[in-house]
Amino acid sequence: MSNTETETGARAEVEAKASAAEDSDLGAAGSQLSTAPREDAPNLPSLGVIGWARWFWRQLTSMRVALLLLFMLSLAAIPGSLIPQSSQDETKVADFLKAHETLGPVYDRLGLFHVYSSVWFSAIYILLFVSLIGCIVPRSWQFVEQLRGRPPRAPKRLDRLPAYATWRTGAEPEQVREAALKVLRQRRFRSHVAGDAVAAEKGYLREAGNLLFHIALIVMLIAFAWGQLLRSEGTKLIVEGDGFANTLTQYDDFKSGSLFTPDDLNPFSFDLKNFRGTYEATGPNKGTPRTYEAAITYAVGADGEEKSTTVKVNEPLEIGDSKVYLVSHGYAPVVTVRDGSGKVVFSDAVPLLPLDANVTSSGVIKVMDGYRDAKGKREQLGFQAFFLPSYGGEGTAVVSQFPALLNPVLNLEPYHGDLGVDSGVPQSVYRLDKSHLKMFEDSKGAQLRENLKPGETMTLPGGAGTVSFDGVKEWAGFQVTQQPGSGWALAGAVAAIAGLAASLFIQRRRVWVRAVRGADGLTVVEMAGLGRSESAKLPEELGDLAGLVHDAAPAAPERNADLGPEPEPDPASDSDSDAHVAPAEGAEKN
Amino acid sequence: MTFAAATNENLASISNLLIYSAMAVYTLAFLAYIAEWLFGSRSKVGRTAAALTQKTGAKAPAVTVKKAGGTAVLERPEVVVRAAAGARDVPDGPGAHGGDEQGDLYGRIAVSLTALAFAIEFGGVLTRALSVQRAPWGNMYEFNITFSTVAVGVYLGFLALKKDIRWLGLPLITSVLLDLGIAVTVLYTASDQLVPALHSYWLYIHVSTAILCGAVFYVGAVGTILYLFRDSYENKLATGGKPGRFATSVLERLPASASLDKFSYRVNAAVFPLWTFTIIAGAIWAGDAWGRYWGWDPKEVWSFITWVAYACYLHARATAGWKGRKAAYIALIAFGCWLFNYYGVNIFVSGKHSYSGV
Ligand code: HEM
Repeated sequence: MSNTETETGARAEVEAKASAAEDSDLGAAGSQLSTAPREDAPNLPSLGVIGWARWFWRQLTSMRVALLLLFMLSLAAIPGSLIPQSSQDETKVADFLKAHETLGPVYDRLGLFHVYSSVWFSAIYILLFVSLIGCIVPRSWQFVEQLRGRPPRAPKRLDRLPAYATWRTGAEPEQVREAALKVLRQRRFRSHVAGDAVAAEKGYLREAGNLLFHIALIVMLIAFAWGQLLRSEGTKLIVEGDGFANTLTQYDDFKSGSLFTPDDLNPFSFDLKNFRGTYEATGPNKGTPRTYEAAITYAVGADGEEKSTTVKVNEPLEIGDSKVYLVSHGYAPVVTVRDGSGKVVFSDAVPLLPLDANVTSSGVIKVMDGYRDAKGKREQLGFQAFFLPSYGGEGTAVVSQFPALLNPVLNLEPYHGDLGVDSGVPQSVYRLDKSHLKMFEDSKGAQLRENLKPGETMTLPGGAGTVSFDGVKEWAGFQVTQQPGSGWALAGAVAAIAGLAASLFIQRRRVWVRAVRGADGLTVVEMAGLGRSESAKLPEELGDLAGLVHDAAPAAPERNADLGPEPEPDPASDSDSDAHVAPAEGAEKN
Repeated sequence: MTFAAATNENLASISNLLIYSAMAVYTLAFLAYIAEWLFGSRSKVGRTAAALTQKTGAKAPAVTVKKAGGTAVLERPEVVVRAAAGARDVPDGPGAHGGDEQGDLYGRIAVSLTALAFAIEFGGVLTRALSVQRAPWGNMYEFNITFSTVAVGVYLGFLALKKDIRWLGLPLITSVLLDLGIAVTVLYTASDQLVPALHSYWLYIHVSTAILCGAVFYVGAVGTILYLFRDSYENKLATGGKPGRFATSVLERLPASASLDKFSYRVNAAVFPLWTFTIIAGAIWAGDAWGRYWGWDPKEVWSFITWVAYACYLHARATAGWKGRKAAYIALIAFGCWLFNYYGVNIFVSGKHSYSGV
C-alpha cells in the first residue's frame, strides 16, 4: 500500500521510506484485520473488453469510488432543497415557472422540479447501491473465511507492534504458552498456539456490525422504493355527522405510486362524530392552535364491528398499512334556502375553506335544482359566503378575530341565474362562476350583502325566498395514506444503527504471546497487541493480559542488570514474515 | 374550550435574567482563558520544536524490562507504546498555560467560571422549560440556549473524566457567547406553548438527540480546525520551516496533531450512530405527524446531506490516502452542512419544519 502513502506529499514519502523497512516485517500479522477492500492504483488495463469490464467493476466497488458517489449524492440532494419541488408544492413550482421565463423551462428539462425522482439523482444512488452490493458480497465471503480460519501467526519482531511488553521468567516456554492460551480464552479471544507463540484475536463483531450496517442500508432502500411504488395518498373533507368509505371514488383528491391498483385499498369506513379544537386565549400567540381532536367511529371490512376512537394531529388511526391522519379543519355553516312559496330547496352544512389563521373562511352555496323564482320560473341560486367564527363587531374589519366560535357571523352575497354547472366542464365547489348570474339588489341598487348570526334569516328581494343560518358544524380534513414496506424500512433502520454502533465502538485487535528459551536459560516472554487503529485501550488491555500471564509466569529476579533484554527469536518463526504486505491497518497514518 | 397550561410569565423573566447572567459569567471565563493563553506565552515551551527537529529514527530501542531490583517484586510488566508507522512521534503540547504557573491558575479559574456559568445557564434553560411546562425546544431561541448549555456540558464532562481538553476552552466559550448573543438579540421569542404538530413524545427524543449531536459535532469541528493548524505547524517544523512567532506561541501549546486528529475522529465517530438515530426518530415522527416518514422536506434533505457527509468522512478515514488533512476537510464540510441545516434552512428556506419562530 506504499503507493498511496506517497500521495500525502514529500514529508510522508520520507517517513514512509524510513518506516517501510521496519513495517514490512509486520506482514501477514496485520493483514485481514478487516475486510475493507484494498486500494489499487487505477492501472489502466490493456486487456480487451473483459479486461475493461473487470477493471470498471473493480473501480466501481472500490472505496475510492464509494466515497466519490457518496459525495455526489449529497451534492445532488442540494438543489431539491432550494428549488420548489412539485412533489411538495405544485403552486410554488407554477409560480417559479411564471417568474423565471428563461430559467424555468431549463430547470424543468433538467428535472430540477422533481430532483429526487430525476434520472441523474437516481443514477447516482443506483450506482452507489450497485457498488455497495458489489462491495458487500466479497467482503461477506472474506469475513466468513476469516471466521473459519485462525488468527495469523506472530510476526518475527513483536517489539515493532504498537503495544509491547516483555519479561523473563523461570517457567518453561510451554507452560507460559499454555497459561497465555488460558488467559486469552478466558477473555474470549479466539486463540491457538502457532509455532513458538500464541496468536489470538477478538472483536469480530466489529466486522459483522459493519456488514450488517451496509446490508441494512440496502434493505432500507428497497423498502423505501417499494413503498413509493405502491404508495397511495388521498384526502377527504368530512363534516361532523358524515362518513367515509375507503374507495377511490370517495376521495376529494388522490395520488398513488406507479404500481398501485385500486384493489390495494384496505376496506374500512369511518364517521366523524365530533371535532374539537382549542386555542391559546391570551398572550402574544393568542389564537395559536393547541389541540385538535376528531372523535370518530370506524369499522374494518364490509361488516366489521364498529369501534370509537379519537384521531389527533400526531396520532393517526392505523388500519392495516393504512393510516388516517387529521390534517385540517374548518367550519360548515348549516344553511336552509326556501323559495318564494316557502318550500325548502336546500338545507345542508356547507364546508367553507379557511383563509387565515383565525379561520376567516370563504366558500360557495349552490342551489342547483328545485328552485323557482317569484314568477315560478326555474332558476339556480348561488351565494358567495364568508364566515367569521369570531366577528369583531360593527365597524371592524371583515376578518375573524379568533379561531374559535366566539361570535360567529355568516356573510352572504346572493346571486340568481345559471350556475354554469350543466356545461359539462368540471367546476370547483368552492368557486362561483358569475358569468351567467345576476345579483340581487338591495334598496340602493347595490349588490345585496348581509351578515347573519345563527338563527337569523335573510329575505331575498322581490319575494325570491329566504335564507336562514341555522347553526355551525365543524369539518375535519383527513388524509389517508397507505405505504407498504414501512415495517421493513424501520427494521432496516434499527439494524443499521445496531450495526453502526458495533462497527464504530468495537475494536478488532490481535494479541500474540511468544515464549522462547533465552541464552541464559530463562524463558523470554514477549507480548504484543495490534489493532486496526491506535487506541489507548489497546495498551491498557495488553497490560491487563500481561498482568495475568505474568501471574502464572512471574518475572525471574534480574541477575545481571546489564544483560540486554533483547530476545532472540526462534529462527523457525522467520518464515512467518511476509515482506510484501505493509501493515495496512496497524498504521493509522496521520 | 379548555386552555392548555398558561405560560408562567414570572418564570420566563427569571429565565431571561439567568441567561443574561450566564452570559456575563461566560464573559469573565472568556477573559480568564485569554489570561491563561497570555501568561502561557511567557514560558518558553519549545518542546514540540525540539521533538520535531530531532533526527527521526533516533528512537531508543522500544524494548524495556521492568527492573525489579534485587528483590523480586512481582509487578506487572510495563507496556511499551509505539506510534504507528508513518506517524510523527511528537509529544502533546502542555496546554494553554504553557507550563506557566500563573497561566495555569487562570486556566483553573476559567474552568471554574465556566462551570458556574454552565450552572446558571442550565437554570435559565430549566426555568424556561418550567415556564412553558414542556421541553425548552420549541423555537430557535430555546434551541440555541439549550445547544450551548449542552456543548459546555460536553466540555465539562470531558474535563470531569480527566481528559485534558482545557485547550478547547477558549474557542468553545467564544462561540458560546456568539451563540447566546444571537439567541437573545435576533432569535428571541417570548415563551409559549407549542402548536399541535409539535405535541409528541418524539419531540423529546428527536430534538434532544439532535441538540446533543450538534453540540458534539461542534466540539469535533473545533478539534478538527485546531488539528489543521497544528498539522501545518508541525509540517513546517519537520521540513525545516520557521512558523511565525504568534503561531508558534499558540500552536506549540496544543496537543500533537495526531492527538487532535484522533480526538476529533473519536468525537465524530461516537455521535454518528446517534445522528443516524436522530434522523430515524425524525422520520418516525414525520410518519405520525405528516403522513409520510420521508418526504424530502428541506430539513430532511439537509439532515440527509449532513449524514452522508459524515459517512463520507468515516469512509475517508478507512481509505488509505484520504486520512489526515483530506478527511479533516470533509469533516469540516460535514459540520458546515449541519450548521446550514440549522441556521440556513430555518431562516432562508421554507418547509414543514416551522419551529424557527423567526
Ligand atoms: C450507501 C452508501 C454508504 C454509506 C452511507 C456508508 C456508510 C459507512 C459508514 C458510516 C461507515 C463507518 C463505519 C465504520 O467505520 O466501521 C462505513 C464503513 C465502511 N464502508 Fe461504507 N457506506 C456506504 C457504501 C459503501 C460502499 C459502496 C462500500 C464499498 C465500496 C463501502 C465500504 C465500506 C467499508 C469497507 C467500511 C469499513 C471500513 C473500516 O473497516 O473501517 N461502503 N460505511
